Amino acid sequence: MSTFSKSHLAVALTVGLGLAPAFGQELTVEVMHPWTSGGESAAAKVFADQFTAAGGVWVDRAIAGNDALLAAAMNRILAGDPPSASHFNTGKPFEELVDADLLRDVDAIADAEGWAAVIPPVFLQAITRDDKIMAVPINLQTENWLWYSKEVFDEAGVSEPPQDWTAFLEAADKIQAAGYIPMALGGGSWAERFVFQKVLVSVAGPQLYLKVMQDRDVTALQDPKVQEAFEVFGKLRAYVDPGAASRKWNDATNLVITNKAGFQIMGDWAKGEFAAAGLTPGKEYGCSLFPGEEVSVMSGDVFVLPVLDDENGTKAQDLLAHVLFAPETQIEFNKKKGSNPIRQDIDVSTMDVCAQHAAEVLKDPARQVPNPQFLMSNDGLGALRDVITAYWNTPSIDAAAFTDQFGKVLGTVE
Amino acid sequence: MRHMPGRHDGGPALRPEKAAGMPNFSARRHVPSFTAMLPTTLFVVLVYLGCLVWTVSISFTSSKVLPVMKWAGLAQYERLLATERWTVSVNNILVYGASYIIACLVLGFLLAVSLDQKIRFENTFRTIYLFPYALSFIVTGAVWQWIFDPQLGLGVGMLASPGTAIAALVIAAVWQGAGLVMVMLLAGLRGIDGEILKAARVDGIPLWRAYVSIVLPELKPMIVTSVVLLAIAVVKVYDLVVSMTQGGPGIGTEMPAKFVMDHLFERGNIGLATAAATLMLLAVLVLLVPWLYLEYFRKGARR
Repeated sequence: MSTFSKSHLAVALTVGLGLAPAFGQELTVEVMHPWTSGGESAAAKVFADQFTAAGGVWVDRAIAGNDALLAAAMNRILAGDPPSASHFNTGKPFEELVDADLLRDVDAIADAEGWAAVIPPVFLQAITRDDKIMAVPINLQTENWLWYSKEVFDEAGVSEPPQDWTAFLEAADKIQAAGYIPMALGGGSWAERFVFQKVLVSVAGPQLYLKVMQDRDVTALQDPKVQEAFEVFGKLRAYVDPGAASRKWNDATNLVITNKAGFQIMGDWAKGEFAAAGLTPGKEYGCSLFPGEEVSVMSGDVFVLPVLDDENGTKAQDLLAHVLFAPETQIEFNKKKGSNPIRQDIDVSTMDVCAQHAAEVLKDPARQVPNPQFLMSNDGLGALRDVITAYWNTPSIDAAAFTDQFGKVLGTVE
Repeated sequence: MRHMPGRHDGGPALRPEKAAGMPNFSARRHVPSFTAMLPTTLFVVLVYLGCLVWTVSISFTSSKVLPVMKWAGLAQYERLLATERWTVSVNNILVYGASYIIACLVLGFLLAVSLDQKIRFENTFRTIYLFPYALSFIVTGAVWQWIFDPQLGLGVGMLASPGTAIAALVIAAVWQGAGLVMVMLLAGLRGIDGEILKAARVDGIPLWRAYVSIVLPELKPMIVTSVVLLAIAVVKVYDLVVSMTQGGPGIGTEMPAKFVMDHLFERGNIGLATAAATLMLLAVLVLLVPWLYLEYFRKGARR
């Protein structure tokens, strides 16, 4: 893999960017991604259009649901029939593929285009392995958002988004009393784990969160702040409707869009759904970072490029990497997707108020909190998810019993 | 014609009591049949047994996303048995399996008996009852998920709590499986001489008693076959859960096969997944071996 030299790349790029279309030799990429909801597929189309405009041929392999996509992509890569590129979440999920030499690095093109200087350090570290950049990052997502319907907040007499957890629970009570669903939830155990992490960061603070998720410190679970986070998470169970069990996350967003629910806890990709419904942030709906110290629990999408044995396919991958990282692709894609560009050298003043607020918070590296996938393998996260979803759905489990279960898993994974 | 591997020639050799002595075994006489069986045998040995051995051996390694032959002893099994989700899955499949098999048998039998009353439009009813069996579990699951949805469907919130969600799974599966049992038992009923029931009536035996004491024992082979088919469906249950509850609410409707699939792909821990698969295989063997013994060896001895 490391034999891929710079001169090699220069040739590849020249051929890829300029000459190939002239020769009529098609640079085709087969791209696997999970973007199928309204807002998401509009964003995916930006990539397809930009790549086509650069002279390539885009073959779309969209698979609904991150989990389903991950299973399919893993399967194809391990079976020796890899796509040109596949979406992954940033962090541990593709680490073992790198170790098994199944993915190629993008160092040559990243060096030529100066990627390292414009990617936030925590993020750069998450995609770097043995000093090589192993994935093409495309966006920076802030996950700890509260999306709320202004109409429902007004009707319920909630004047502004809650600034602490007492106010949060009071607001939820008011919304419930006014006859609305306080919290729109959907996406099964994935969404429950998602909410849990955000509550943990917000109530216990980033330091304790890292102690638990990064250091696997079982004693930290007994810290009063962590216990408080578990209690708060347990209390949130009372604010969802019975339909949550079989709903998708974007259907939950739709409950906020149609003013049936007060708020949803979701990453900034929810904004894509609001946009697809013709709503403007700050007008019909609002965005607010979680109570407590304002931080960004950040995650991001990347594309990994599996090692291909045909030269033309590899050239097409180079062209793809170039197109994905180009400033105009990044800004257009992220406007549709609702996330922030991964490049910090782009002017975000044309983006919406939520994205601008996130960009402001992200400027301070101390407020960049890695999401759990930067810290733990899918296996470990999955085991935690089983425990979290059992707690969420079984009223008889209290915070103390949950702490036991949680500690047991932290002790057994990896 | 002596070399034709006809039924008459080959039959006795398969019987255990004759094969034990093998007085007139001649290698030449069996060459054609062995040749004919060779591809199948090779396929079974290499693919099925090969995969089986591979799976079991991987379960003793520390493999994560990729298979590595690094010995880990019983570590995967220890973690598996300490995992609450696995214990819940095993409980679930026992509850689900018992309810499903019993409900299918009872409902299938009642349907078969009622269709056997020489009613009009029998063909139409038979098709309607059997029709769900032609659907894939994915479709069945999707349909019943809608029916049980608290907002879109009938308003029964059965999928919202673990206990009732299992019941919902059983209802959907029985809806699909009862038709098959009905068809098999109906075929069995048609093979029973109607004179027997008439004779029973003449003797003043109540109809239900005649069905329980005469018809049911006659149907035993059909019932055994149905139970085997249903049991196979129980062990395999995966798609129904995925499309109907995704294992939820919580881990309330998780099943062993789903545990294996989730860990094999999405969670990238094939060591743990193969350990779970191995335990599933063991469980099936524990159930199957006594049954095989009773069906083939004891019966053979009696003949």
